[in-house]
Amino acid sequence: MIYIHDNTFDGFLTSIFEIYDLKILPDDICGEKNLQPSLFADKRKVTTDADKSRRVLAGLKKKLSAHGVNSIYKCWLSEQKGIEMVLFRYISYALKSQRNIESDFSNNDVLEVSQVVKKINREIHRMHAFVRFQKTSDEVYAATIVPDFDVVTLLAPHFKERYRNQHWLIYDTKRQYGIYYDQQEVIEVKLEDAQWEGRNKVRRSVLAEEEKEFELLWKSYFKATSIVERTNLKLHLKHVPRRYWRYLPEKA
Amino acid sequence: MKLSTNEKLQILADAAKYDVSCASSGSNRKNTANGLGNTSKMGICHSYTEDGRCISLLKLLLTNYCIYDCAYCVSRKSNDVPRAAFTVKEVVDLTINFYKRNYIEGLFLSSGIFKNADYTNERLIRIAKSLRTEHHFNGYIHLKIIPGCSEEVMEEAGLYADRLSVNLEIPTERSLKKIAPEKNHTSVYTPMNYLTGRISLYNDEKRRFKNAPKFAPGGQSTQLVVGASPESDFDILHLANNLYSDQKLRRVYYSGYIPISDDNRLPALKAPPLIRENRLYQADWLLRYYGFTVDEIVNEQHQQLDLTMDPKMMFALRNMHLFPVNVNTAEREMLLRIPGVGVKSVNMIIKARKFRRLGYEHLKKIGVAMNRAQYFIEVSGRPLGMVSSDPDKIKMALAAREKRNQLTLF
Ligand code: SF4
Repeated sequence: MIYIHDNTFDGFLTSIFEIYDLKILPDDICGEKNLQPSLFADKRKVTTDADKSRRVLAGLKKKLSAHGVNSIYKCWLSEQKGIEMVLFRYISYALKSQRNIESDFSNNDVLEVSQVVKKINREIHRMHAFVRFQKTSDEVYAATIVPDFDVVTLLAPHFKERYRNQHWLIYDTKRQYGIYYDQQEVIEVKLEDAQWEGRNKVRRSVLAEEEKEFELLWKSYFKATSIVERTNLKLHLKHVPRRYWRYLPEKA
Repeated sequence: MKLSTNEKLQILADAAKYDVSCASSGSNRKNTANGLGNTSKMGICHSYTEDGRCISLLKLLLTNYCIYDCAYCVSRKSNDVPRAAFTVKEVVDLTINFYKRNYIEGLFLSSGIFKNADYTNERLIRIAKSLRTEHHFNGYIHLKIIPGCSEEVMEEAGLYADRLSVNLEIPTERSLKKIAPEKNHTSVYTPMNYLTGRISLYNDEKRRFKNAPKFAPGGQSTQLVVGASPESDFDILHLANNLYSDQKLRRVYYSGYIPISDDNRLPALKAPPLIRENRLYQADWLLRYYGFTVDEIVNEQHQQLDLTMDPKMMFALRNMHLFPVNVNTAEREMLLRIPGVGVKSVNMIIKARKFRRLGYEHLKKIGVAMNRAQYFIEVSGRPLGMVSSDPDKIKMALAAREKRNQLTLF
């Protein structure tokens, strides 16, 4: 049986509920967007149900620590192909086990979950580092990003705490949504026909006048602080992979 | 001639870059109601220089005018370089505007010495104070304490800074006298010891009162220049170890001497001793995170770190009688001593082996570097083939591997 959900986390958890309810093991669990045509397998379209998804979470909370439950959500955000089946096996193992299984790293699924979580955490950390705000003429500090995983909402706590005193926007131009802070709260936003410049950057015409100057100063700083005698581009690239360059003024 | 901020920035960032410390970690400053910024416990590197070092803080000298003439330093008074000095406002504006754009975690401010230590330090403090009190800035501030600084001045510095550092630079007094005639170790150790006492007092108070006024919550650090004087790694690591245990320093930085001057007080190096510097950092990690004693790493017979292999491997090959280690039963302390096994892997092994016996494949998947670890562990499921326990053969095998890796690079 292939369980098909609506590409939401609730939809995925509802699928888990139905698997247990119907007692039919999944051949695959898959979002409707990623569905591959297949002639043979039975398919079941799952209707997302907040109550069912809540019950699955409640069951998991009895078996896993808060960190463990959170790991499932983070893995989900990885959008990695096949992650639903890994999560399904992880969840079934957790549910049937007497003890907490989060650190059973010789189990393939537990190890995989921990490794995917590590990747997600690294991506969050990179975004904390590589987000570059540009001040717009209406005093919003705006940044565009294209993270490897769908982590933009997980960036809210860090930036909210740090930049309490300014309006800011962090926008994922690939997944076409972002988070906006108005000095009160962070909200999820989707810009209707957003127009970007170059490779999905904030348009020059909306930037504050001083913006250019500070980017220039930052570039000067970046250049001056390197030690030529020690140049090691391999190490440099390892820390700042090329795919992040386009949003870094010092590398652009 | 009046220099623009940009021109000053180029001169004064260039002059500041030889202080290799750039950490923004270890502090606990939170944002305030209408403030800007906070510190991150782990620190964040916002970019990396083209030599691969973390850029976390805006690292500047307030000025590179200096009345001293330390041979190893670009800013020494006898060196013919362009000089500049920032105003308070320039440094404050740069810090705030870079911070708001998420370029940096904060400011690292140092300076050449003009007039005397206190006069110089007071100017640095003025900037930190303006950031904290006028601009409600709660990001990271690292201030340099100039050797010879008075207690009153340090008291004020600690109020605004997250981290303070007095640089030892040259490991022994004898060598220091030769290359930095105006300096002596007393003028470094006196402020360092004062800070040690003051910071531990703060840590005490913090435990007892919730609102104890902060004093350098990120602790203090120092820097040692490596290769400008004849000290061995044995001398350097013993010194570092004392700095950690007695002075309670958070970090000791090792800066491979970069031949910036043809001053005849210094050795003529062709290139900075980067591999040696890297080995010292590895040894430093073994001291701080792996529970090694200095004598396990260097001792009277082995005074220098080996440039061809990491210090943990060196230790293992000298102590084959301690191996192989059984990963399913060994204590944490021994797991940490296996080459190719890092702290994270050790933590995973200890948790995972409670569920079942771990085999070769498990370790590999967990992330153990088997090419190095294989000679030192006892584990089932190891692929067939001779695994030597003869240190010379292991050395040869590792060297051959190294060579193969280099071949694939070109
Ligand atoms: S006192 Fe400091 S800035 Fe001045 S020459 Fe010596 S090391 Fe350089």
